[in-house]
Amino acid sequence: MPRTPDKHAPRSNLRVVSWCLAGTLGMFAFGFAMVPLYDVFCDITGINGKTGGRYEASATEERDENRTVTVQFIAQNGPEMPWHFRPVTRSIVVHPGEPTTVNFYAENPTGQAMVAQAVPSLAPAEGTLYFHKTECFCFNQQPLEAGESTEMPLIFIVDRDLPKHITKLTLSYTLYDQTRAGKVSKAVSDPKTTTDNG
Amino acid sequence: MSAVADTHAQAHHHGPASGITRWLFTTNHKDIGTMYLVFSFTMFLLGGTMAMVIRAELFQPGLQIVQPEFFNQMTTMHGLIMVFGAVMPAFVGLANWMLPLMIGAPDMALPRMNNWSFWLLPCAFLILVSTLFMSGGAPNFGWTFYAPLSTTYGPPSTTFFIFAVHIMGISSIMGAINVIATILNLRAPGMTLMKMPLFVWTWLITAFLLIAVMPVLAGVVTMMLMDINFGTSFFDASGGGDPVLFQHVFWFFGHPEVYIMILPAFGAVSHIIPAFSRKRLFGYASMVYAVGAIALLSFIVWAHHMFTVGVPIAGQLFFMYATMLIAVPTGVKVFNWVATMFRGSLTFEAPMLFAVAFVILFTIGGFSGLMLAIAPADFQYHDTYFVVAHFHYVLVPGAIFGIFASAYFWLPKWTGHMYDETLAKTHFWLSFIGMNLAFFPMHFLGLAGMPRRIPDYALQFADFNMVSSIGAFMFGATQLLFLAIVIKCVRGGEKAAAKPWEGAEGLEWTVPSPAPYHTFATPPEVK
Repeated sequence: MPRTPDKHAPRSNLRVVSWCLAGTLGMFAFGFAMVPLYDVFCDITGINGKTGGRYEASATEERDENRTVTVQFIAQNGPEMPWHFRPVTRSIVVHPGEPTTVNFYAENPTGQAMVAQAVPSLAPAEGTLYFHKTECFCFNQQPLEAGESTEMPLIFIVDRDLPKHITKLTLSYTLYDQTRAGKVSKAVSDPKTTTDNG
Repeated sequence: MSAVADTHAQAHHHGPASGITRWLFTTNHKDIGTMYLVFSFTMFLLGGTMAMVIRAELFQPGLQIVQPEFFNQMTTMHGLIMVFGAVMPAFVGLANWMLPLMIGAPDMALPRMNNWSFWLLPCAFLILVSTLFMSGGAPNFGWTFYAPLSTTYGPPSTTFFIFAVHIMGISSIMGAINVIATILNLRAPGMTLMKMPLFVWTWLITAFLLIAVMPVLAGVVTMMLMDINFGTSFFDASGGGDPVLFQHVFWFFGHPEVYIMILPAFGAVSHIIPAFSRKRLFGYASMVYAVGAIALLSFIVWAHHMFTVGVPIAGQLFFMYATMLIAVPTGVKVFNWVATMFRGSLTFEAPMLFAVAFVILFTIGGFSGLMLAIAPADFQYHDTYFVVAHFHYVLVPGAIFGIFASAYFWLPKWTGHMYDETLAKTHFWLSFIGMNLAFFPMHFLGLAGMPRRIPDYALQFADFNMVSSIGAFMFGATQLLFLAIVIKCVRGGEKAAAKPWEGAEGLEWTVPSPAPYHTFATPPEVK
C-alpha cells in the first residue's frame, strides 16, 4: 500500500532506523575514505612535504642564471634502525632548472643483510611541488649485505617557478628498517611519473 | 497458572518488575534513564578521583605521590571517563527520562534497543577501567590518543582501549537512533517541530551529530587496531602512512564531539532560565536556528586543534575565521538567555543558580576559545594549561553545571519529593567557588608557559598550582554532597506538586510527581 501523506499517520520506525543506519555506515566509510582523500589532497597541494615520484625533465627547461637556491640535506634513522646514514653533501647552492646530483652514504654495520626504505620530507612544504627528482634512491628499497656500504644517488631539479621568497629548501630523509616488514609501501616504492609540473 | 499470568500482566501494566531483573530487562524509558544517570554519576566520581590524583601530584613541584607513567595514565583515563562515561551518558539519561515526557510519548520509540544501548556501557567501561590493572598499565597517551604515541609507543592494553571505544560508540549511536526515531515519530498530535521544547530540539541535533561523527571515531580506532595488530600503515611513515592524518580524522570526530557535550545543556538551560524568570524564552526560533548553525559549523573547524602541526597559511586563515564564526550563533544564545532574564521576576533556586552560572562561566570558556582560535596566538597557547583552562571552563560549568541544573530542576518530577534547597544551594556555592579556584589560575599558568600533561613543573608555577589543587579538592569533595542530596530526596522530603516550579512550562509538568511508571498512554493534544 503506498504511503499517504496523511500527517496523522505514524511514520515507520523501520524507515527512520534504516536511514540512520545508512548514515552510520556511510560515515564509517567516510572515515576510511579520508585516507585516500588525504593522499590525493596532499599530492595536489604538497602540504605534507612528501615530494613526488620520478620526474621526467623536459628538454626545453633552462637554468635560471639570475637566481640561486640553497638546498640542504638531512638524513636520520627511523626507530631502531642501526645503519649509518648521512648525506655526502650537506648543502649545495643550485640554479633553478639545473639538474644536480648528490649522494647519500649508507652503511650496514650489523652482522646480517638488511633492507631499508628512505622516506622524504621537504621543508618548507610550500616548496614541495617545485622540487623534482629525476632519480632517487627513495624510489626503491635499498638492500645491504652485512658490513656493506654504498653511496646512493639523488638527481634533482628545483623548478624555475619556485616562489621568489623561498631561497632555501631542506630535504630530509628518514631511513626505516624494512627487513622483516617485507611490505612494499604504496606511496614511495611505486613511483608515479609526474610530468605535468614542468 | 492463571495466577502467574495475572501477576505478570499486572506487573506489566501497573508497575515495574521487582528485583534485579527489573533493571536488567527493563524497556521502560524512566528506568533506563535512571540507570544512565546513576552510571554517569558513578563514572563522574571515578573520573573525579583520577582528577584528584592529578591535582594532588601537582600540589607541589617535584614528584611526590605518583610516578610520571602513572600520572599519564591518570590524565588519559580522566579525560576518557569524563567525556564518554560521565557527560555523554548523563545527557542520554536526561533524554531518556525527559524526551517522552516532553513530547507526550508513552516511551522511547525503540525500547529494547534502549535497554541494550545502556547495558553495553558498563561493559565498555569495565574493559576500559580494567586496563589499569594490566601489565604495562592503562592507556597513557592522552584522551586524544595521537598516533604514533598510541600505535607504535602505546602500552599493550591499547587494544582493549580500542574495543572499549568501539562498544561505547555503538551504544552512543544506538542511543542517537532511538532519540531521532522517538522525536520524529512519537510527538503528540499538534506538536509541530517548531513547537517542540528546546531540550528536544537540541537533543535531535545532537543525535544527528552523534550519527555523523561516532562512526568516524570507530573508523579511526579501527585503523589504529590494524596498524598495531595487522601490519597496516595508516599512520606509520615507514610504510607510507602519515601520523598527521590521524589528527585530521580524530578531530573531524573530536570537534563535533565537544558540541555533543554542550548542546543538550543549552537545551536544558533554555527551560530553566524562563521557569525562574517567569517569562517565556526570548527568541525561541533564533535559539533553534542557532543550535543548527553551531552543529553545521562544527564540521568545518577541526583543524584549529592542529595549527602547530603545519597547516598552510590559507588553511590557517580558513579554520581561524570559521572557528570565530561559531561565536555568532553562540552569542545569539547567550544574549537570548540574558534577554529572557531581563525584567523577569527572578528567583534563585538551585537549578537557576546553576543555570545562571552556566551562562556566565560558559561565556568565559567561549572567550578563551576565541583567543585560542587566533592562529598566530595559538602557537603560544598550544598544549599549555591555557588550553586546559579553556576546555574545563566549557565542560565543567558548561556541561556539568547544565547537568546539575537539570537534575535539580527535574528531581521533584523523578522522585516525587522536593530536594533540600539549603543543601543544594550549599552544593552550588561550594562547586562554584571550588571550580573557579581550580580552573581560573590555569589561564595564568598557561600564558606563563606551563605545558599540559606533565607531573612536575618549574618552580615559578608553584603558587598558582597550589591554589588550583585546593580548588579542585574543594570541588571534588563537594560532589559527595550532591550524592547525599539526591539520596535524601529519593528517600523522602516535602511532597512535590505536579508542577513544583510556578514558572515552568511543558508537558512533563502535566503528569503527577513522581511521574507514574507509564505516562501518556493516550497522547495529549498540543494546541
